[in-house]
Formats: sequence, C-alpha cells, structure tokens
Amino acid sequence: MSPDRLAVRKTYKLYVNGAFPRSESGRTYEVTDAKGAFLANAAWASRKDARDAVVAARGAFAKWSGATAYNRGQVLYRVAEVMEGRHAQFCEEVAAGEGLSSSRARAAVDAAIDRWVWYAGWTDKLGAVLGGANPVAGPYFDFSLPEPTGVVAVLAPQRSSLLGLVSVLAPVLAGGNTAVVVSSKARPLPAVTLGEVLATSDVPGGVVNLLTGDAAEIGPWLAEHDDVDAIDLAGAPADRAMELERLAAGSIKRVLRPAPEEPDWSADPGLTRLTPFLETKTVWHPIGL
Amino acid sequence: MTHVLDTDALAAETPPRREPPAPYRDVTRSDAAFRAFLHGLPGVDQVGAEARVGVLGTRSIKTTAKAWAIDTAISMVDLTTLEGADTPGKVRSLAAKARRPDPTDPSCPPVAAVCVYGDLAGVAKEALAGTGISVAAVATAFPSGRASRAVKLADVRDAVANGADEIDMVIDRGAFLAGRYLDVFDEVVAVKEACGDAHLKVILETGELVTLDNVRRASWLAMLAGGDFIKTSTGKISPAATLPVCLVMMEAVRDFRAATGRQVGVKPAGGIRTTKDAIRHLVLVNEVAGPDWLSPDWFRLGASSLLNDLLLQRQKLRTGHYSGPDHVSVD
Repeated sequence: MSPDRLAVRKTYKLYVNGAFPRSESGRTYEVTDAKGAFLANAAWASRKDARDAVVAARGAFAKWSGATAYNRGQVLYRVAEVMEGRHAQFCEEVAAGEGLSSSRARAAVDAAIDRWVWYAGWTDKLGAVLGGANPVAGPYFDFSLPEPTGVVAVLAPQRSSLLGLVSVLAPVLAGGNTAVVVSSKARPLPAVTLGEVLATSDVPGGVVNLLTGDAAEIGPWLAEHDDVDAIDLAGAPADRAMELERLAAGSIKRVLRPAPEEPDWSADPGLTRLTPFLETKTVWHPIGL
Repeated sequence: MTHVLDTDALAAETPPRREPPAPYRDVTRSDAAFRAFLHGLPGVDQVGAEARVGVLGTRSIKTTAKAWAIDTAISMVDLTTLEGADTPGKVRSLAAKARRPDPTDPSCPPVAAVCVYGDLAGVAKEALAGTGISVAAVATAFPSGRASRAVKLADVRDAVANGADEIDMVIDRGAFLAGRYLDVFDEVVAVKEACGDAHLKVILETGELVTLDNVRRASWLAMLAGGDFIKTSTGKISPAATLPVCLVMMEAVRDFRAATGRQVGVKPAGGIRTTKDAIRHLVLVNEVAGPDWLSPDWFRLGASSLLNDLLLQRQKLRTGHYSGPDHVSVD
C-alpha cells in the first residue's frame, strides 16, 4: 500500500435478515489475535439483536424448508464456491485468531470448506437414509420422512472459529432449518466473513443470522425464547450448559448437549449433528382395493 | 338483512342544516364563508411537525410504564376486519378474541370495539352482547365513499339497524379536494342525523389529502359537523396513520375543545403494527392533547395485527422471556 493512500478500515457488523446491522445496543468489543494484539472492534450483540434475529429466522423458515432438498443442496454448494473465493481472507483470520501457522490455518479452512460441501451433498439423501417405507402389519402404505425442526439457535464453538462454526451451522441448514448463531466470543472474525459469504451466495436473507458477542449473555434469552425450536449448546460455557438446558425445557426445545471438552472438529461427524434437528413424520395411507 | 332502496324517496329528504357549535355558528352560512374559515386556520409547519414527532418518538418507555402503556393500548384497540372475504364465522372468532385477547391471562383487558362491515354488525352485536365492547361498522360506501348521498345514508341506517354502536364514515375526498367544503359538511351532518344514538367517526383518509394543512381543515370540518371521533384512514390506502398526521389531528381536537368546550376523539387506523408504534401514539396523545384523551372513550387504535404484537410484548413482560407467534391466535 502506498504511504499516501488512506486506509479503508472495516466496520465489523452483525448479519441479520440478509443485512449487516450494527448491534441495536450500539456496543462493540475489542477482538485481539492469539498473542493479544488488537485486531478489530466487533459488534457486541444484545438480547434484542437475538430477538430480531429470531423474527428473521422464523420469517425465512417457510421458504427455506419449503425449497426442494435438491435446491437446498445447490444453494449450499454455492456457499462453498464463494468461500473458496475468500480462502485467503479466511486463512488470515483463522491464523490470527487461533494462533495457527499459515499452513495449519490453510488446512483448517480447507477442512471447513470441504465440510460445507459434504453437508451440501446430504440435503437430498436424508430422506432416503433417515426415512423410507415402513413394513407394517396392516393394509397401509406407511412412510417416514425427516422434516426440519424449525428455528435453531446455535452457540458456536469458542475455540475453532471457522471449522467448528461450519461444523455446527451447515448440518442445521442442510436439514432445512433456519439458524440464529452466536459466534465465538474471542474469535468472531471468520463468522463475520462467513456472513458476507452467505449474503452473496443465494441463501435467502434470514435463513442464517450471525451474531458476534457473548454466548453466556445471549444464550439464556435464546434458550428461553418461545419461538426457537431447538438449541445447539456446542459453544456454551461448560458451567452454564445445564442451566441453559433447564431454561430450554420451558418451551420443550430440542437440545444438543455440548461435549465436556470441545471436540476435534476435523473428525468425521457422521449424522450426529444432522439428526438432532430433524423431526420424523410418519404417514399411514390405506392401500385400498 | 336486505333493504330495498327507494332512492327517490330517500333523495327527497333534505337534512336540516345543523349549526356548528358556538363560537363558530356562522362559519357555514355560505360556501365562501366556510372556505374562508377553513383556509384561515393557521398553516401547519410540516418540518416542525416531523421534528416534534421525531423527538417524542425517542421517549424510552420501560418496565411498569410499558406495562401500563400496553394494557392501555389493548383497551383502545378497535379490532378490525374489513375484507371482502369476511364471514360471520370470522367475525365471531374476532369477537371472541376481543373479549379475551389473551385466553391464558385473565388480567388482560378486553379491546374497545370490533370494527366490521355493516352487514356483519348484527353478527358482531350478538357475539358481543353483554360485554360492553362496542360494535363499529364502516358505512357510506366505504372505503371510497363514491356513491350518492341517498345510498350512503341508507348504508348508515342499515348498519345502525343491524346494531352498530359506532359508525365509521368516509368523507367525500373528491369534493373536499375540489374545495366544495360545504357539501362535505352537509354530508357529515346528514350522516350524523342518520346515526341516531350511534357514535360517528369521520374518516378523513389523510393519505389522499396530500398536505397537513388539508388534514387540519378536514379535522375542523368534521368536528364542526358533529363528528364524535376523527379517524385518519380507511386502512386501504398507504400511507395511512402516520405520526405527523396524528399530531395535527390531536392539536385540532385540543384547540376545538378549548374553543367550544366539546371534546372529540381521535382514531389513527392502518399501518400501526408494532407495540412501539402504539406507544409512540400514546406519548403523542399525552403530550399534544393531554391526559384527558388517554382513555378508550377518546382515543382508539384501528388495527388488526397490532393486537398480536401487544399480546406478545405483554407475555414477554409477564414471563420474562420472549414469546412467539405460536402463542397468540392467528387471525
């Protein structure tokens, strides 16, 4: 950069309902790299941002869950394509935030994009793998179909800022749910960039809402929210997880409990993060004459 | 109920010219005098009006004040359904909602009125019998008001005969904008006569009046002609109830009471969808007209979707966590 050029500095914002608002509260917080050096001022989402995000996610649910599984797969694959174009930016943010060498950061970003593609491929296979025709002792055709649970609140992993985030978000979307995600508090920048990717890759506004801030602060509001159907506690503070689960019981949410220690996200996840956010609908139809 | 219209007989009735209250008795003696009076009203500073509502809109109403405001707003709602597809069944379910807006909470107040088309007023009246909730019916060829006076008056009588306690009439905007103020005045007077004991709300349809000066003139015209309420809009035209328009109307009723001693109510209708909007209107009422108007007798909110948002906010205050649209009725 030539010395006489003014720096174009970036405002890191939330991603809610397809737009990039600042926090309703006006708050920001300082984000540092792994060594403690200043990186950015990120928006510090409040409970009201979470409330708005839930409204947006609910509004987007009909269209996203109603899209064909094939179409959802295409859209999610498109996200991976655009992520690939931002590869260098993701690498830089992951390396700074997680304190990784550039080669290990690159490996983490590669794994994240591959994970996204993997989940994109699952959208139109879930029906065959998790549902199907059931043999029943009576004159009925009997089918089971997996259907999305609804609006899913996701507390993203605190340590793995991109691979972990993708590993919890992509399965929620692949099943046809819409999501309200609270990013890692200390390492939110890859989530902000992922929001920019989602905004430019055919994912309808409101399907994913990314809040940067403190899961300990926003988590209880999402857990108690009557219009949230499920919550993934992956990034919940270890000592608060049980309390969050208790709050979620008030509205009978699906709860995905966190592992005691943050897992190694590079391991093959199988269907463990897809099935918790799918409901099985079974249809009995008389065979007739 | 069907009525056979004998337009000749209806047209033959000439409503007696009613005098406006003192000190404005002679302003309607001629078209020219009435125009001179209405155009002599002080002009509205539009930028100033917008700035004033902008400032009042930033008031922060929280906790107990918010709880009071929400309950007050619920008790002021005219729960409205004005669709071509309305049925007696829909009106009955709306009446049930009007009685007990939140069935899970007996402390939630009922709404002020149910607003329907005139032919369904009887259904609403029956469903609301003994509750103290009024039945409001729109009449006078709502929403356009494009019909002969005989038809409009027959429409009003029909709605009153069906049991409407309140009649929402539309003014003839064409005549108003053309400057034929006395025609509009005579029509409001005639409708008021036809209402009998029913309250008359005069819809100005401010979205078609273009300027705030016209809103002030139409407000005065409606009040002088004997309207019990002035109402912003039909809800069929956008923009409907905006805060600057309400500000001008609140000023008009305040000034009118100061001059004549007669208090007239205000009803913004259409476009008020959120609790925040409703609370902004209440702040405006209190600051501009005064607390005398902060009652369902003098201020109403014409709305349908607003009630659900008020209920969600009420549930949030009561339970301490956010509620969702699954917890209020679909209407």
